[in-house]
Amino acid sequence: MCTMYCPRPVVDTYNERLDITRAPHIDYAQAIPSSYYIDAKACLRVNYQTCNLCAQTCTAGAIDFTQKPKELELEVGAVVLAPGFGRVDEKVLEKFGYGRFPDVLTSFEFERLTCASGPTEGHIVRISDQKTPKKIAFLQCIGSRDETCGNGYCSSVCCMYAIKEASVAKEHEPDLDISIFFMDVRTMGKGFDDARRRAQEKYGINVIRARVPRVDQVDGKLALTWTTGDGEHHSALFDMVVLSVGLESPKDADIISKVADIELNQYNFCRTSVDAPLVSSRQGVLVAGAFQGPKDIPESVTQASGAAAIASELLADARNTQTITVTYPDEDKALEEEEPRIGVFVCHCGVNIAGVVDVKAVRDYAGTLPGVVLYEDTLYSCSQDALKSIAEKIKENRLNRVVISACSPRTHEPLFQETLRSIGLNPALVEMANIRDQCAWVHAQEPEKATEKAKDLVRMAVAKARLLSPLEQPTVDVTPSALVIGGGAAGMSAALSIADQGYKVTLVEKNRQLGGNLKRLTWTLDGQDAAKVLKDMVKKVKGHKNIEILTNAEVESVSGYVGNFTSTVSQGGKTKMINHGVIVLATGGREYKPKGYAYGDSNRVLTQLELEEKLARGKGFLRNAKNVVMIQCVGSRGDDMTHCSRLCCTQAVKNALKLKEVKPDINIYVFYRDMRTYGFYEDLYREARKAGVKFIRYTPDRKPEVIKQSRGIKVRAFDELIGEDIEIPANLVVLSTGIAPGDNEELSKIIKAPLTSDGFFLEAHAKLRPVEVAVDGVYLCGLAHGPKSLEESVAQAKAAAAKATIPLAKGKVAVAPIVSKVNQDICIGCGICESLCPFSAITLQKVGKRKKAQTITASCKGCGICAAHCPTIAISMGGFTDEAIMAQIHAFSPDGCEEA
Amino acid sequence: MVQENVVEKEKEMAQKGFEPRILGFFCHWCCYAAADSAGVSRYQYPPNVRVIRVMCTGRIDTRFILEAFRCGADGVFTGG
Repeated sequence: MCTMYCPRPVVDTYNERLDITRAPHIDYAQAIPSSYYIDAKACLRVNYQTCNLCAQTCTAGAIDFTQKPKELELEVGAVVLAPGFGRVDEKVLEKFGYGRFPDVLTSFEFERLTCASGPTEGHIVRISDQKTPKKIAFLQCIGSRDETCGNGYCSSVCCMYAIKEASVAKEHEPDLDISIFFMDVRTMGKGFDDARRRAQEKYGINVIRARVPRVDQVDGKLALTWTTGDGEHHSALFDMVVLSVGLESPKDADIISKVADIELNQYNFCRTSVDAPLVSSRQGVLVAGAFQGPKDIPESVTQASGAAAIASELLADARNTQTITVTYPDEDKALEEEEPRIGVFVCHCGVNIAGVVDVKAVRDYAGTLPGVVLYEDTLYSCSQDALKSIAEKIKENRLNRVVISACSPRTHEPLFQETLRSIGLNPALVEMANIRDQCAWVHAQEPEKATEKAKDLVRMAVAKARLLSPLEQPTVDVTPSALVIGGGAAGMSAALSIADQGYKVTLVEKNRQLGGNLKRLTWTLDGQDAAKVLKDMVKKVKGHKNIEILTNAEVESVSGYVGNFTSTVSQGGKTKMINHGVIVLATGGREYKPKGYAYGDSNRVLTQLELEEKLARGKGFLRNAKNVVMIQCVGSRGDDMTHCSRLCCTQAVKNALKLKEVKPDINIYVFYRDMRTYGFYEDLYREARKAGVKFIRYTPDRKPEVIKQSRGIKVRAFDELIGEDIEIPANLVVLSTGIAPGDNEELSKIIKAPLTSDGFFLEAHAKLRPVEVAVDGVYLCGLAHGPKSLEESVAQAKAAAAKATIPLAKGKVAVAPIVSKVNQDICIGCGICESLCPFSAITLQKVGKRKKAQTITASCKGCGICAAHCPTIAISMGGFTDEAIMAQIHAFSPDGCEEA
Repeated sequence: MVQENVVEKEKEMAQKGFEPRILGFFCHWCCYAAADSAGVSRYQYPPNVRVIRVMCTGRIDTRFILEAFRCGADGVFTGG
């Protein structure tokens, strides 16, 4: 109402100034907090004491102009800085026509255009003439890797987001011709290279390796000229140019630095170190996200959890001192037992559902179904105000069954169950019809048929809802300890954090010593002594009273569930049983051992780690060395391993600089595909170029060859710039071999934790749950998750520790009530269920003289195999009873289908 | 009699183009999750299937399948 009645239009900054809104507004429907706010600069009441229309129209009386800014004083034990990133100055963008030519957009603006709830509802139009463009160019590294604007670092995220934006645009407008101009394609995140390949193949996005210096306007089009690696000049006209702008330090970084008394680095980001990536220069002040350095969502979320872990370590003594317990009203059992009074809520999900399905028609159809007493449509059912309104309507209409016709119960059912619980209804009395993920989204071209399907799904859900019954909510106690598998940098960091938070940890390492790959590292990427980092870590782990270390040990079996796992660990022929509440997987990875490149045939061919080990022992081996050749992506991004190993580019640059340091006259050639020295590592890359290290790009169809000669070796490779093969006699060839997954398969089977196609453990959700695996109570960090630097492993280990301590701190876990239940009067004790149950969750017990089946509720996963096979139909499944499923089957028929 | 029905149905199908009504039993953990991700990725497929979510395909009793056919399903899809 307030937005509707406000006479004062303001530019919609959330939509990148591409739209207008009113002084009182909400940025977007799912914004948190989900309340409207007034833009004080534009408000007539605030500035001129006039108007007041919004306050008068607000039916809730929520607008109070007497409020004044307040200063709050809080006493806290730790501070987490997460101010995010700042914008690249518009002056930098002006060079590329931004501000002068309307069809030059920033990537942020383009993102809003591609968004279904954006100013154009996802239609991609030129700002100048509102027409759909035909040819779009993305220019990378705008305000990144550019010393002229003071940002020497790489922003790490723009390559991938440009590919994403281009893919989304192509999905919307399949005829678009999109070119992306890269310096290097830096898609080094987990699974990113695969996504990039798919985008190139599926959408035909052109990848051009060139830096475009400027943008001109010619006849209403945008003219670009560029030079490719072979020295050729090109030019072309485009309808739209998108500037992939980088991430800067936040605008007020200096103020934050002063207020929090912390040090910044040379680019005004928070200064941290490799072994403590989330800790600022001031004790107790922590940092997470882009303020620590440019990074993407999965890493920011990971860091946020990691910072929470460190805060919990600091606050361990204060845990449980200021808790507020959520209380629920008693269940209205009488109402639950009444004849079903069903309410159906059909969600628009913005345009997600309503853009395809005729939501109002589905709603009205729901009203015709037996048992339905209330049928309504909602814009976003999951938004806070909608949940509140649903709760009120349930109460008002004395509903005792609820059908939410919206998205997937996999993601949203808990939310609606909670709503029921909050008003005294059993959470099992809600049923969802999935008309978004499995209807509107997948039948976008067939709105009528999608609407028919939605009606069918609602009818089936209502049929089931009529037969839903309340279920008990059992909870079980948690064993307050953790099992950490793997004693490398990640495993040790996770173990230390959990132990510092006050819980017992068993750390299992299969080798004789702790340390994992860190044992082989000589210098960290920021030049610290790796051995010292390792020594400190091992010392802390060994000296910690809460950590029990088992070396030469392997996990043989794991049974149980979150809160109550029992594992057997074998150590020197003996097995040991361990009870624990959670598991952290930190099994690491290993250096890939290359095939070819004369590796193993010549002692002059080494891996990067082997070079480091040699360098650590002294520089004697370089006495007569003139030429050193490094070859990148040996193993990675190829046939053996398709993934990018993320850190070999930086490792090569680091080692090249070390070589130059100990022997300045040495020639170093680095053959690479894309130099992926992301973030601040870009500085090292620049430094190496300045030191005279030569970087030569190669393509996978023309890989460099290492040729063994009677005396020494040479490297033959194609040089794009001169268009010919070159030969370099090499004293040393160093292969950047990348990171292969460890032997994860067996453990994956034991824990039932899935692996990616590359053989690393798969997280539950790349962005939302980056350190959890699909199995409850199991967490993931380090190289077991994918290639990453020491710094990233440590941050991730802290994050895994943060997540792992949640069930430990709660002390109890709720068991899903969808378990099996045996009617022992009907059970004949045949034992089929016991023999079939994959979780050993049903056993035969003597009841009186006869054996009867009995469910072990805490172990039951609710699969229902027992129920399907019981010859006397004595077993019933909570929430999935025979009757309910049969009712759904009968409702499948549009005309109804009577019982036979 | 049954034969005649089949012939009738075939004729109808030839005229209208066959639009089968399929009932799906999807496992919560795999097929149902996959169907959700198909949506997230905006894969498009024919709108002929109606889904019943089960916690495991092991839950599917043969009676369910027979009942589905009796209620007019042209096909039953079990995904797990």
